[in-house]
Amino acid sequence: MAHGTPPTQLTNPLMRWVEHRMPVFAFMDQHLNKYPTPRNLNYFWNFGSLAGIILVIMIVTGIFLAMNYTAHTDYAFNSVERIMREVNYGWLIRYIHMNGASMFFIVVYIHIFRGLYYGSYKSPRELLWILGVVIFVLMMATAFMGYVLPWGQMSFWGATVITNLFSAIPVIGPEIVVWMWGGFSVDNPTLNRFFALHFLLPFVIVGVVILHLVALHTHGSNNPLGIDKKGPQDAIPFHPYYTVKDMFGFAVFFVFFAAFVFFAPNYLGHPDNYIPANPLVTPAHIVPEWYFLPFYAILRAVPDKLGGVALMFGAIAVLAVAPWLDTSKVRSAAFRPVYKILFWVFAVCCVVLGWVGAMPAEGIYLTIARIASAYYFIHFLVILPILGKVERTLPLPTSISAAVLKQGSGMVAGAPAEKP
Amino acid sequence: MRRMILAAAAALTLVAGPALAAGEAEHPRQQKWSFDGPFGTFDRGALQRGFLVYKEVCSSCHAMQQKAYRHLANIGFSEEEIRAIAAGYKVMDGPNDEGEMFERTARASDRFKRPFANEKAARAANNGAYPVDLSLIVKARHDGANYLYSLLTGYKAPPPGKTVGEGMHYNPYFPGGQIAMGAPLNADAVTFADNTPATVEQMAKDVTSFLAWAAEPEMESRKRMGVQVMLFLIVLSGMLYAVKRKVWADVH
Repeated sequence: MAHGTPPTQLTNPLMRWVEHRMPVFAFMDQHLNKYPTPRNLNYFWNFGSLAGIILVIMIVTGIFLAMNYTAHTDYAFNSVERIMREVNYGWLIRYIHMNGASMFFIVVYIHIFRGLYYGSYKSPRELLWILGVVIFVLMMATAFMGYVLPWGQMSFWGATVITNLFSAIPVIGPEIVVWMWGGFSVDNPTLNRFFALHFLLPFVIVGVVILHLVALHTHGSNNPLGIDKKGPQDAIPFHPYYTVKDMFGFAVFFVFFAAFVFFAPNYLGHPDNYIPANPLVTPAHIVPEWYFLPFYAILRAVPDKLGGVALMFGAIAVLAVAPWLDTSKVRSAAFRPVYKILFWVFAVCCVVLGWVGAMPAEGIYLTIARIASAYYFIHFLVILPILGKVERTLPLPTSISAAVLKQGSGMVAGAPAEKP
Repeated sequence: MRRMILAAAAALTLVAGPALAAGEAEHPRQQKWSFDGPFGTFDRGALQRGFLVYKEVCSSCHAMQQKAYRHLANIGFSEEEIRAIAAGYKVMDGPNDEGEMFERTARASDRFKRPFANEKAARAANNGAYPVDLSLIVKARHDGANYLYSLLTGYKAPPPGKTVGEGMHYNPYFPGGQIAMGAPLNADAVTFADNTPATVEQMAKDVTSFLAWAAEPEMESRKRMGVQVMLFLIVLSGMLYAVKRKVWADVH
């Protein structure tokens, strides 16, 4: 289909027939081609589409892995090794899938921090943001269950520790844990249901991603200035401008991705997971995958089990209500001099939490974890509400095009470039 | 959770004995390996010598269940040589048409013959300790190759003040410093076909190379493909950047 052609002018009779019954070409034209996008998006806006492509890569590689995997405690470990050794390019598929999970979290964490920096969660994009938090939670559940499937030592003991968290729920906790396990410990029924759910949840994620996109396309992308589009001169069509920019972003990111897959495929993993699961031998340090470490640090920072679990889940839940905790009318940190600094303090706080999450929970590490955990919540519950009321923000530009074209060569305003 | 980990740690101490108790270990000594780095490959000579060390020394206690004799073709053994190696072992097969299990000569398609029928038999023969499967050992330890080399060459008398349990051996590279396995390599324990002197260091280095191959048999093709993929992606990125610049020329 020649882009830019109004769907009513379709010449192919089959396409006209389809279009009359279901206007799929008009829909594509509106959302993939003409879709007006702020002209000033920087490279941090690449990470949404990057997360999308990684989700596709994970589903495709995952289906091929599932064809060769055996979800049974006696065979799981060896079936994964068979994929690595006997299946044609099985090592490639598995290493893409294994490192793809880490890449997914890297991309999504950048995407989330982009949203926090530029205030993308503020009205009218609260629902868009909440759907994003839902995707994040689903991703964490999917990644956790996927890590259990190879049935190595960390699979088994990670599953044991994390499922045991639910026993902290008062009264019904222990019953819930037995119900989740399908027995009295992490065992074959647990592995089977984790495999089923690990296969299912990515498609649930796809569903929520579609909702995320519906919400996005209602008001369009936020932008680095954090001000609304005032007219056509502020926007450019999605295609070809952002399609080509996204393609370039994919290629650069794939260089990074491939470096891990081909040259350091196990760098982000734990060697203990190449030891078959053994319920009688506990690893010296049970550590989750790196992307869970900040939350793991919060969990261990609290001396009380129930309190730790509550704060860990609270750390994710507080993200969802950020649109109402942040009282500032100005979205972008570019015009919030104090928030800009505190954003980076918060970012460092998260990195510190990740670091102590990997350390033993004792001595100085525990103290650091407690301070950082407290600051994590202070940022959302104290700083965001108060700062919005007291901060002196910088004057906002009158429009996106006014701000962007001021320093540019000065393209004629009012005419979004039309590409042949 | 903490209570659970504590309980589990206590269980560990009871089950595994002092050898596995959490403890300090010296950092492995760093060696140069032919398979290091993005262009690394395995040295076929070292792999074949390493296989001999495994076959003559390690395999009397350690299984390698992920490996079959046919895999040895990857490290340069011919079909005849592989068949001859396999023919040196008897494996259990069956049941036959009469319902009986029977012993037969191993074939190239058989997995490496395990030294013990099961874990219990292995422990019974080894003073309660379980010689681990070596198929993945290099991937299953931090800094695996250097760790193995250091461990194999690191046996010495315990320093003053350090007591070693009965039937245990001092090795500073093993977590906790006490290992059930006695120093496995003695000079000239094997005779290499290529007349390489069989020193402990040489054997340790070769068998480590062999085990690195066993853990990651795909490594050479992975790295070769990686170089091609990286070159392709870098060129693609450059081209897409040029296209992006051209498309965006009228917006900036």
